Amino acid sequence: MTETLVGLFMILGIVALGFMAIQVSGLSWYAHKANYYKVTADFDNIGGLKVRAPVMIAGVSVGEVANIVLNASDYRARVTLLVDQDKAKLPTDTSASIYTQGLLGSNYINLSPGYADTFLANGGLIETTNSAVILEKLIGQFLYSFQSKPSQEK
Amino acid sequence: MLSAVQQFGQFGLTFSRKVGISGIFLFNVLFRRPKLQRSFPLLIEQLYFIGVFSLIIIMLSALFIGMVVSLQGHNTLQRFGADQELGELLALSVTRELAPVITALLFAGRAGTSLTAEIGLMRATDQLDSMEMMAVDPLWRIISPRFWAGLISAPILTLIFDMVAIYGGYLVGVKWLGVDSGSFWSNMQASVGFYDDVINGVIKSLVFGFVVTWIAVYQGYYTAPNAMGIGRATTKTVVYSSLAILALDFMLTSVMLKNW
Repeated sequence: MTETLVGLFMILGIVALGFMAIQVSGLSWYAHKANYYKVTADFDNIGGLKVRAPVMIAGVSVGEVANIVLNASDYRARVTLLVDQDKAKLPTDTSASIYTQGLLGSNYINLSPGYADTFLANGGLIETTNSAVILEKLIGQFLYSFQSKPSQEK
Repeated sequence: MLSAVQQFGQFGLTFSRKVGISGIFLFNVLFRRPKLQRSFPLLIEQLYFIGVFSLIIIMLSALFIGMVVSLQGHNTLQRFGADQELGELLALSVTRELAPVITALLFAGRAGTSLTAEIGLMRATDQLDSMEMMAVDPLWRIISPRFWAGLISAPILTLIFDMVAIYGGYLVGVKWLGVDSGSFWSNMQASVGFYDDVINGVIKSLVFGFVVTWIAVYQGYYTAPNAMGIGRATTKTVVYSSLAILALDFMLTSVMLKNW
């Protein structure tokens, strides 16, 4: 009786671990799957993009950001994306941009597939990229142009 | 003036001696010559008394804590139109802080005190000494299984706390207050990392379980062998454990925070 209850207690613990892994933290299986694309893209500025941020095509999640490193030779951010091959095949002229979910939300990568007939191979590079929009920079530019206009008119 | 300095010095000496005794005690408990065949049934019995008996209080408090976090979070997030983020708020606060700390505090109150009182009464009624007379090592027979059972139970109880609290929060947030079920879970999954949040919480609870059981068995083993001594030792277990848990939680969090 005692041993049965202790066994049930242990099993309940393992069930809880499984629940936490799959339902709560959504432990990623992308890395363990055989059928994923690994593509890289170089950005001038990634803003607040984080590892495990979603990769979307037309608003539908098709993968995630696997790795972000600084490319030492040209000082750009090299972002590695994992894209599920079952969901999307990327043409070679796909472009990648970093968008923000809502005004203050977190960043994600949006892929706009092009019209080429050839597809990116595993480990391919996305040539066309658009950097993240930095809100502070935009406000700064706006204020600067706002201030300089009246002086030109005088 | 001089007597105050003298008292302070005496306090320092007593404190160092106690730390030394408890350290040697811990070493002796941990590094016994293993007798696995005969130790295993003892461990099972203690897991039953320490782990399974704590289950009901842990699950009930987890349910209510998850529910109240959901209620409070929804009330505040709603003002910013961000009630979709309720799952994120609930899961992060529960896995990072609430589950390890509250489980450990309840564990100290439920299991730690009973360990101290039990071992203390064995000391007061000379059961530990008579065991030694019969060439049975009380550290092996009494202390070691309790210590290991506490160390194993704490992380399991924390994981169960995690699960029940999140389910309670789900019930209030989704079923009662009407947060969208899909965004509740997907926002949660997007923000909670398995290693960064869940496993770090388990590491915390492992440390807390270690400290709580150590304090509990030490206080019981070295209690003054009378009724007042047992009462005092039990109180000390709760006070020292709670302080140690909260202080260690701050330290562990500040180390782990780099990854968050």
